[in-house]
Amino acid sequence: MALLEVSNVSKQFGGLAAVSNVDFHVNQGEIVSIIGPNGAGKTTIFNLLTGVYDVTEGKIVFDGKEIQNKKVQHIVNAGIARTFQNIRLFKNMRTIENVMVGFHQNTRYNIFDLIFRTPRFRKYEKEAHIKALEVLHSLGFEKYIHTYAGNLPYGEQRKLEIARAIATGAKLLLLDEPAAGMNPQESEELLEFILGLKDQGFTIILIEHDMSVVMNISDRIYVLDHGKMIADGLPEEIASNQMVIEAYLGKSEDDAAD
Amino acid sequence: MDKRDKIIWLVLLAALIVLPAVGLSRYLQRVISLIFIYSMLGLSLNIVTGYMGQISLGHAAFYAIGAYTSGLLSEHFGLNFLLTCVCGIIMAGIIGWLFSIPTTKLSGTYLAIITMGFGEIVKVVIVNWESLTHGTYGLQRIAKPEFFGFQLNTTNNGLYYLCLIFLVIFVLLCIAIERSKLGRSLRAIKDDPLAASLMGVEINHYKRMAFTISTAMAGCCGALYAHLSGYVDANSFNSDVSTLILSIVIFGGMGSIKGMLLGAAVLVSFPEVLRFVAVYRFVVYGLILIVMMVFRTDGILGGPSKRPYVFPRFVKLEKGEVTKNGTAGGK
Amino acid sequence: MTAQYIVNGLTMGLIYALIAVGYSLVFGILKMINMAHGAVYAFGAHMILMFVTWNLGAVPAVILSVLLTGGLLVIYDRTILATLRKKKAPGIAALITTIGFSYIIQNGLMIAFGTEIKAFPALLGEKMIQVGNVKFAFSQVYILVVSIVLLVGLSLLIHKSKIGLAMRAVEQNSRAADLMGINAKGVISVTFFLSGMSAVIAALLLASYYQTVYPTMGVMIGLKGFSASVLGGIGILYGSAVGGIILGIAESLTVQFLSGAYRDAVAFILLFLILIVRPNGLFGKAKVSKV
Repeated sequence: MALLEVSNVSKQFGGLAAVSNVDFHVNQGEIVSIIGPNGAGKTTIFNLLTGVYDVTEGKIVFDGKEIQNKKVQHIVNAGIARTFQNIRLFKNMRTIENVMVGFHQNTRYNIFDLIFRTPRFRKYEKEAHIKALEVLHSLGFEKYIHTYAGNLPYGEQRKLEIARAIATGAKLLLLDEPAAGMNPQESEELLEFILGLKDQGFTIILIEHDMSVVMNISDRIYVLDHGKMIADGLPEEIASNQMVIEAYLGKSEDDAAD
Repeated sequence: MDKRDKIIWLVLLAALIVLPAVGLSRYLQRVISLIFIYSMLGLSLNIVTGYMGQISLGHAAFYAIGAYTSGLLSEHFGLNFLLTCVCGIIMAGIIGWLFSIPTTKLSGTYLAIITMGFGEIVKVVIVNWESLTHGTYGLQRIAKPEFFGFQLNTTNNGLYYLCLIFLVIFVLLCIAIERSKLGRSLRAIKDDPLAASLMGVEINHYKRMAFTISTAMAGCCGALYAHLSGYVDANSFNSDVSTLILSIVIFGGMGSIKGMLLGAAVLVSFPEVLRFVAVYRFVVYGLILIVMMVFRTDGILGGPSKRPYVFPRFVKLEKGEVTKNGTAGGK
Repeated sequence: MTAQYIVNGLTMGLIYALIAVGYSLVFGILKMINMAHGAVYAFGAHMILMFVTWNLGAVPAVILSVLLTGGLLVIYDRTILATLRKKKAPGIAALITTIGFSYIIQNGLMIAFGTEIKAFPALLGEKMIQVGNVKFAFSQVYILVVSIVLLVGLSLLIHKSKIGLAMRAVEQNSRAADLMGINAKGVISVTFFLSGMSAVIAALLLASYYQTVYPTMGVMIGLKGFSASVLGGIGILYGSAVGGIILGIAESLTVQFLSGAYRDAVAFILLFLILIVRPNGLFGKAKVSKV
């Protein structure tokens, strides 16, 4: 059974359909990319998966449980975490603190533990610190542990967002244009990094414009245009698909301008 | 807290402990005790404003609730100060919590105005509910705190030390909050609420918690103030008080514990020291708010630290270990 | 009797509407609430009083006060708020400066004019009129006429004139408006000026009605005007006006049927309820947050 099964999901804003009747699935351990022109509804899909938006209709099943229209925190708990198209780190917090916020749900003590510094407080704080260091280490972030997130180099900020998402204990990572604004060398590194995540057992959905990344990394690709899934398949199938080429290069001028 | 911070705190504490020994006049004792209380008020508002980034313009209301609760209980039942103080804390906390339930989803400006309105309403209630609060007469001759028959007053420096002890407790509490899941969550909410919620931080829950803790702390200050001054009325808690508290937080530096002490020391003492500008004090507070926002948003002591993150003592690890072994400190 | 209360409520309501519109204008364009608006209102009243005591005559006094008050707001915006915008400071910073600005104005007035309540000349006449069993003060008629004219005028200005179009363009997207050759800075200044003007007119009307001014006169009315604009939907001009009228009448009826002591609580209770039940106000639309 698929880890994530999206059936017939639609989202309307007012009368406008941002996403209509979308079906797709992601299997355990896969890297699946969603591509499509700007405004096709890719980020909307992420927002639906993470509970930022409620679906207008349809079903989202993750790990055997329906999660559509659930609270954001509930979905994080279930094991889905994401990054953002425009980096949304906690800029005024240090790298290690950013990651520890990710551990939030698994740091289980209450206000009284905090005030009286009970053994439980120590246990979970210690665990949070150590796990955060482990995650940072696995990213090669040793030299940035103390740095404020807002002061990190751009590429590192993107990585830290992923680290923070991993820290939530997610099984499924949603990466929203992780290579945006990166130079070829940086995106090459990122590609290695994402493949590394796959080896660690993470399942990944990727929104990406950089075709060299998408084609090299994806197990399967879905193509979205005007809120509809117009194609899906292996990378090589997508590359030669006439509809996809049209969606990107456009039959009419205003599509291309997008 | 790193070594330098520890030394600063200990030296400061030692200085404040021996200070009365050099012989403070009644007046100076009062001013310094007031600085302690306003430092505590700053620390309490700092939780909402400094960490979480929400403005309250009605903090004096909770200060008042603590003062009246404690003062009235002492007047009617002659209860011990510690008991009435705890009641003041609980009462202010409960009302703060109730207040926070409908208001947590409001964004900054709305909360600022609603709290301001709340401050006005509390004042109106104090003046009009005469059977309970004695209206404009206020609470008079509130008993000085007594422990085992020993009365704390200005002659024996008791009130000074009582305020100091409370201040120490407040500082320790704030350090604990800052370096915990609660502090991290609040700061995350301030930086980016949506991202915080997508990391699993329950925004409304934490906002309510911060507000409750903050108002309970203000209630504690109120109880302390009532028994320190012996007299309170509605005007002891007007909007000027809320203004002063907010100015302390902004001037000292949002999110900085030391900043609250500095802010209170400067802003409470300057009208006393510079008598001739006392009339202008609120103009000066206004200027401080503007100048700080334009030139130094982080206040005097706020903002990012240049020094490394300090791991809690119970997380024993060498920095090298992280890189060498590949596991953080190993378990 | 109820008719009398409704008339009185309507009078106050229109004043609230004028104040509410002042908040709305600024909020519409900068998405910021000018917490100093109540203090600006008090400033305007004191300026009129000052110029009248200089024997400049009522009309020049009002005009001078409008210029001075509007100018004060424009200077404040150009120096403080513009700096913050340039620095891309968070919204909380601008909010805090407006709080600071209000302290400066209010306490400046206290220092310059004293804290006591001062008599304000009945610039709008003291005569009473009786229609059926409803009594009007002559100044109430002025309030009705002037505020309705001003509200309609502002509304026309924003929806029909060129400067109104520019204001709406800046409100939608100030960068794009800038690129289209609209002087965003100028538009913001005009907005602040209009906001100041509506406050001065409100101050003139109400101060002549009550015949008193004092430095803290803007605190309560500022809060109430804000409540009114949130009630109607802040940033929406006609919404703010309707909100003001509802608030005025609700207050007046509360005085009649409950007690005068609760009068000032009405605005806050309304504000509380509105923010909880319908945070965008009666006429506001919910926003979709972008991620």
